[in-house]
Amino acid sequence: MATDNFEAVAASAGGSVASFEPENVSLGERTQRFLHNYPTAAPAFVLLMAVAFFYAIIGGKFLDPFNLSLVFQQVTIIGMIGVAQTLVILTAGIDLSVGAIMVLCSVVMGRTAITLGLPAELALMLGLLAGAVCGAINGFLITRLRLPPFITTLGTWSIFFALNLWYSESETIRSQDIAAQAPLLQFMGISFEFLGARFTTGTLSLLALFAGMWYALNHTPWGRHVYATGDDPQAAQLAGINTEKVLLSVYIVAGVICAFAAWTLIGRIGSVSPQAGQSANLDSITAVVIGGTSLFGGRGAIVGTLIGALVVGVFRNGLALAGVDVLWQEFSIGLLIIVAVAVDQWIRRA
Amino acid sequence: MNAVTKLEPILKGRNMVKRYGRVTALDHSDFDLYPGEVLAVIGDNGAGKSSLIKALTGAAPPDIGDVYLAGALVNFKNPMEGRLAGIETVYQNLAVSPSLNIADNLFLGRELLKPGFLGKWLRMLDHQKMEQIARDKLSELGLLTIQSINQAVETLSGGQRQAVAVARAAAFGSKVVIMDEPTAALGVKESRRVLDLIKDVRNRGMPVVLISHNMPHVWEVADRIHVHRLGKRHAVIKPSTHTMSEGVAIMTGAMDPNDHPAGAYALPAGAM
Repeated sequence: MATDNFEAVAASAGGSVASFEPENVSLGERTQRFLHNYPTAAPAFVLLMAVAFFYAIIGGKFLDPFNLSLVFQQVTIIGMIGVAQTLVILTAGIDLSVGAIMVLCSVVMGRTAITLGLPAELALMLGLLAGAVCGAINGFLITRLRLPPFITTLGTWSIFFALNLWYSESETIRSQDIAAQAPLLQFMGISFEFLGARFTTGTLSLLALFAGMWYALNHTPWGRHVYATGDDPQAAQLAGINTEKVLLSVYIVAGVICAFAAWTLIGRIGSVSPQAGQSANLDSITAVVIGGTSLFGGRGAIVGTLIGALVVGVFRNGLALAGVDVLWQEFSIGLLIIVAVAVDQWIRRA
Repeated sequence: MNAVTKLEPILKGRNMVKRYGRVTALDHSDFDLYPGEVLAVIGDNGAGKSSLIKALTGAAPPDIGDVYLAGALVNFKNPMEGRLAGIETVYQNLAVSPSLNIADNLFLGRELLKPGFLGKWLRMLDHQKMEQIARDKLSELGLLTIQSINQAVETLSGGQRQAVAVARAAAFGSKVVIMDEPTAALGVKESRRVLDLIKDVRNRGMPVVLISHNMPHVWEVADRIHVHRLGKRHAVIKPSTHTMSEGVAIMTGAMDPNDHPAGAYALPAGAM
């Protein structure tokens, strides 16, 4: 045996394995590490600061329970679509078709209930089914044909939107007709007062949806697999995870959530319009990004998206109450997105 | 080593051939791993070491040839089959999920569910139990330096990550643990820890296949050394009978293994 005993030399060089000086960490680095471990801390901080800021310039009118509950109502649709978008972004993908899926599903619900005269329950089921089919198409193209999610969903965005215009014949279904023939479709718009605040069933459903997705992501094997697939698909495969199946399921679930948001959309605006919800695509991505979920996948939390949606809602509401021109609302949201992505890049280096 | 009663190889490959287009990666190669031993596989670059391992685990099944596990013909068609049969592989590129924590990584792909309604209908993970088992496995392997089982793997050093991967293999491999270059990316002291782990795993009765380029490591931990050359088993030697230079000479073709006094095929102790 000719083993040179070079390791004996190394063994005498101190105890711990590859440990670097833990002391003298600058405040910046400590913040970076903290945010790395708690990705929702940054958006929560921004939300608190925004609320404090608008309270300072607007006063009690802003913190009025009625106004705050209004913010919740305003972010209900974005929040729901944001849940779908978070799922997709956690797998390092992106879904540009979420808004189009939602509008298409609302049209399917409205047309089958009103124009075809099907029972409202059946119309609702058909709408949810349409969402699942749209998601399955996205998932199929991405997993089987291995197309990049960005281009795939850019394409299906146009396709779903065109289908929506074709099936709706570009006509709006009036609120009175829905109320008369299929009141179930307006269920999400039922509102009630509580301690001076005004809630809708849609807002409560939003919170229930977040709670459900939080459970699924953190307390089921499927959730762990979603994170692992987005984090490092090869490692996930070697660990025995069928990443294609996970991806397919993610796009289908995202489609169903969009259909659920479509139901909520009908409740919120009362009518079914093929032109509604146009901004949902980009707003959902904004909420996810501000909420601290990494666009590179595998990192982030569903609660962050709720906070992100609320940040957008608070900015819009606060600036409107302060009498600031709408263009500055857009300007500030744009600024927030860029700051959020910059922070994400910075955290990733920790 | 309790090899007196176990004369049969636990993992056996016979006449395996694997071609990629015109390249023959495995050329009628045999393979024998006996219970309770560390068998190192060495060979020059391109000798077909990886193809050999992939053929055995099912990651790339051979075109011709048979694989036997504990005497039974298995011929795995994909790595999941191999895994389910009790063969765990530690890959060179680690195969851990950086942002998940240690317990999640250990149980990735085979999570434990809560008993009863919660697990069956709500698919609820049993975090407590998984953390407990993860803690037990890591302390069994002397990895108590890892501060928290809830630490994300990306916060660990390279050696600690490799230790997590080894712990996963040791925890779930019921028959064989295969390690592909486990020390290639590690520093001297981290390598030491992984080598100790390999010995630990062997001492607990689990046979280990170690693929490595690092001759001092091989000569330190291996009971026998499978020398792979030009797509086939060229010789099986022992650290006790062959020097490192002789091993390298056989591996590169500079020495005919039959010219060595110990012969070209060494059997494990007790398997005569």
